Amino acid sequence: MSEPEPVFQARGLVKRFGHVTALSGADFDLYPGEVLAVIGDNGAGKSTLIKVLSGAFHPDEGEIRLDGELVHFRSPLDARRAGIETVYQDLAVAPALDIASNLFLGRELRRRGPLGQFGRMLDKRAMRREASNALSELKVGIQSVRVAVENLSGGQRQGVAVARAAAWGRRLVIMDEPTAALGVKETAQVVELIKRVRDRGLPVILISHDMPHVFELADRIHIMRLGKRAGVVTPQSHSMAEVVAIMTGAAAAPIPGA
Amino acid sequence: MTRTDTPTPAQPAAFARALHGARAAAGLSTAGPLIALALAMVFFSFKSNQFLQGQNLSLVTQQVVEVGVLAIGQTLIILTAGIDLSCGAVMAFGMIVMTKLSVLSGVPAIPAILLGIAACAGFGLLNGALVTKIRLPAFIVTLGTLNIAMALVHIYSNEETIANPPSAMLFFGRTFTIGGTDITYGVVVMIALYALAWFVLSQTAWGSHVYAVGNNPEATRLSGIRTDRLIISVYVVAGAIYGLAALLLVARTQVGDPNAGGTDNLDSITAVVLGGTSLFGGRGVVVGTLIGALIVGVFRNGLVLIGVSSVYQILVTGILVILAVSVDQLSHRRQRA
Repeated sequence: MSEPEPVFQARGLVKRFGHVTALSGADFDLYPGEVLAVIGDNGAGKSTLIKVLSGAFHPDEGEIRLDGELVHFRSPLDARRAGIETVYQDLAVAPALDIASNLFLGRELRRRGPLGQFGRMLDKRAMRREASNALSELKVGIQSVRVAVENLSGGQRQGVAVARAAAWGRRLVIMDEPTAALGVKETAQVVELIKRVRDRGLPVILISHDMPHVFELADRIHIMRLGKRAGVVTPQSHSMAEVVAIMTGAAAAPIPGA
Repeated sequence: MTRTDTPTPAQPAAFARALHGARAAAGLSTAGPLIALALAMVFFSFKSNQFLQGQNLSLVTQQVVEVGVLAIGQTLIILTAGIDLSCGAVMAFGMIVMTKLSVLSGVPAIPAILLGIAACAGFGLLNGALVTKIRLPAFIVTLGTLNIAMALVHIYSNEETIANPPSAMLFFGRTFTIGGTDITYGVVVMIALYALAWFVLSQTAWGSHVYAVGNNPEATRLSGIRTDRLIISVYVVAGAIYGLAALLLVARTQVGDPNAGGTDNLDSITAVVLGGTSLFGGRGVVVGTLIGALIVGVFRNGLVLIGVSSVYQILVTGILVILAVSVDQLSHRRQRA
């Protein structure tokens, strides 16, 4: 079986916090166009792995490659510049700002000509138009991008965050527990959104506790245990019970392609 | 178990929602302050036939200038969810620096003015650095720098009023006449500064970032904005604005007064809050602050005209502030819910 080259890859990641070793030689592979779920028990190193991959932590050892190129992220900003966007569980938006301003926060468009160059004036019209396009592409049901985010439901807010990530993420999107703060119906909306992001060909790393959603969305499931990759399975090859068994160490798992 | 006297939380929530809805409908909260200002003016014009006369209204605007300008800087800082108790003392420091340098040290007027403004911006830099780098609450930091600035004012001035500043410093105290009413250039400067602040806050990326950082600092940081640098820049800009207020105060009073700016810090916060800007940060419009400053000025002036003791003016201001903050708190609670 000839697999394509991974988009995003890590080998032998080690991260220590004092005496605690959160990652002890973790590997990671993300392939083009896939949804890779990352799961693991609390303390398995799941969130440390994600923070290393998204630039929030620097690994003590190991290497990360993006499209085969060695990368060193010193901050989340570096990762973003490299085309990696992250959606956080706690709705990382500015609630009083409108949707368009949130989508362009930190990447505002300025007007052409002297008003933009010397007056540093924003091109609000263009930002609204593009924000509106980004939302309708993902079918986030919102009438106007001039609405303040605080007037949206939790699901719609996360929709804005996902749309922002999809709009700016050139290489891949990391979703860190994107539905943890949401109700049942809103979770379903976000699950649909993640599918649409994948359908556009953008690979997604999905961190989740929610097994049914992991099995619904993921092409492959990366299981963390004791700071390492315990295995990679697919929803077809393993049942939920088997995955939980690997997570807790009750069963061993194969690492295909590794 | 059928007691019915338990409080119903739905009612204040509904009230707050209605208030919030009204504020949103009114184009972000300027309608309330504007109505309050109009009501106050109607009230005083009925009570005193002097109130609406051109010369009196001109006086109101002149008296509002320093607090009005200070309140622009205060608005910027409160939008970042900070607060500045030092603004009046910093203004007084700038006033003493520019007048003493020119009158007693022989520095020409323009460099002396610029040094005074730079001194105020320096205090802004100190406030901003302490708030961001040491992560101290703005309230505590500016309480400290309030005292430092006040002490420096007294040390540097030897507690003496500095008279006869150069005429270049008095320019903004001069007046021109429109329809028989004298208007000072200082008032024009204040209005121009409000227009500039409006533009910067609503039409530039820096302005959006100021709102965003007051609204959700973590989300702003994760969006790739250097929030520490942003907040420091806000305090420095506010400091420079206090320096301009110092210049306008020299122009109006024609002295360098070590006792200037006494309650201006609280008055500027009052103007900001009356103008509808949230003390929790991230919400508000600077034009509201101008209206807030005018409300304070109209009350002060009107109560004098109808012969009410100054104690009651302070009482009324206090009640207005608590009312405005309550509205803010109720609508904030609703957003959290």
